[in-house]
Amino acid sequence: MASDDIWILGIKMTKFGKHPDKDTVDLAAEAAMAALADGGVTMRDIGVLAAGCLMEANSGMGQRLQKQIGQTGIPVYNVANACATGATALRTAIMAVKAGECDMGLAVGVEKLAGAGLLGGGGTPKTDGKTWTPKGRFGAVAPTDGRVGTDAMPGTFAQVGMEYGHKYGGATFELFARISEKNHSHSTLNPLAAYSKRFTLDEIMNDMMIAYPNTRPMCSANCDGAAAAVVVSDAKLKTLSGEQQRRAIKVSASVLTSDPWQEACQVLPDVNTLTRIAATQAYEKAGIGPEDLDLVELHDCFATAELVHYDNLQLCPEGGAVDFFESGAPWRDGTTPVNVSGGLQSKGHPIAATGIANIWEVCHHLRGEAGDRQIEGAKVGLAHVIGLGSACGVHILERAAA
Amino acid sequence: MTNQIPLVDYLVLGDEPHLVAHECTACGARFFDRRNACASCFATEFRDVPIGTHGEVRSFTIVTLAAPGVPVPFVAAVVDCDGTSVRANLINVEPDPEHVALGMKVRLATYSLGTDDDGVEAIGYGFEPQ
Repeated sequence: MASDDIWILGIKMTKFGKHPDKDTVDLAAEAAMAALADGGVTMRDIGVLAAGCLMEANSGMGQRLQKQIGQTGIPVYNVANACATGATALRTAIMAVKAGECDMGLAVGVEKLAGAGLLGGGGTPKTDGKTWTPKGRFGAVAPTDGRVGTDAMPGTFAQVGMEYGHKYGGATFELFARISEKNHSHSTLNPLAAYSKRFTLDEIMNDMMIAYPNTRPMCSANCDGAAAAVVVSDAKLKTLSGEQQRRAIKVSASVLTSDPWQEACQVLPDVNTLTRIAATQAYEKAGIGPEDLDLVELHDCFATAELVHYDNLQLCPEGGAVDFFESGAPWRDGTTPVNVSGGLQSKGHPIAATGIANIWEVCHHLRGEAGDRQIEGAKVGLAHVIGLGSACGVHILERAAA
Repeated sequence: MTNQIPLVDYLVLGDEPHLVAHECTACGARFFDRRNACASCFATEFRDVPIGTHGEVRSFTIVTLAAPGVPVPFVAAVVDCDGTSVRANLINVEPDPEHVALGMKVRLATYSLGTDDDGVEAIGYGFEPQ
């Protein structure tokens, strides 16, 4: 009898970087068709499509994609969930299959962000310039970004890391820069990364400061890219070929959370609580502990964010993230390799693609297909994304037993 | 002097400028924005409570690249005012890591944003070193 397990049958990401000759549909089509081919299936086999493109969130990306790769009349869910959009698309497809609505689903995330610059912040400038008029939920007479803290991402996540330092100590500018040094070093082995250049610690610390303590190489790289995955029910997988079954990756946990109310969460986004809850739920569902993980792709949108997620994902004891990093654990030859893809700081962060691309990275290793950067013998991995607002996706993936 | 307007409606001007929060009468959760209900317990009744003007810097960043029209550098921070977290800029301090520190004691301060065509002066707030 088939279990209610869900499997990733096919998955691909495009090269991340600059694609001036391609539009978002081109990139989505490239990833989707490659994922279908990787799984040995066609659009005819797919019963549900979930698609995300945050910057074109009201454009009907799913249907625009169908018109290029196959219109079969299946339900389409266009999703938007900030930087967790890709994970949300994947989870939507998984839920549809798990609910028995269909036995195979396709999830796609795509973004064109090359040259986009700073995300978040700004606000609506005063247009008439004549009289101060209170507007919005704070009754503000002028934009508050820059006057009442910062709305932009680098400073928001800088504060997330600094807050951790205030609570537990040891989180210095140099420590954050060394986290970035690790990820840029890892990226040199990833041919699909937007940037695969090694940086010295000095280069990272002396680069342009964006929002202390995050310098430019410590920030996620805006770029173009897409990723797509085909998910399949356990029963359907059993009817497929031995090769398809051998390469299929089990989704041992698929969790999406939002942030529960905490004292300061509407003052500075609390990216910790919802990540901790998502990780706890995922470990419980998978029957796996953090010590079992062979690799982790976590949402290092900024170097300051990676530190707190060591703790939130329970890769270390509570309050122990600095020691965890100092031990060398998250380097690719450490006990819990983190972001061997290079992470968002070097692989790049085409927002809606990220939540599927990091799952591709984990699957790539679990299948033993990661080439030069292969984590030898990887059997279990975790992928994490967080979108401000907030939404957190955690997926635990396991190699097929056979 | 009377012809002033606060940058945000939770800033109370006058002889002793201070911030006010909407406190849920059921669970005590505090909010600075206009509310529909309590995000913590879903109750719908709030009372306005004054927030202490002295606090401690719980987190900060020094923003050197911002959206167009936002002057840099500036220090964005979370200030813990007797258990209520407040979002604010740190002002009247050099915006560099040598002068700003986690745990630094600060107090509320106000400043002028300028005057509009009707002669009304907008007043903003920040926190300065004690």
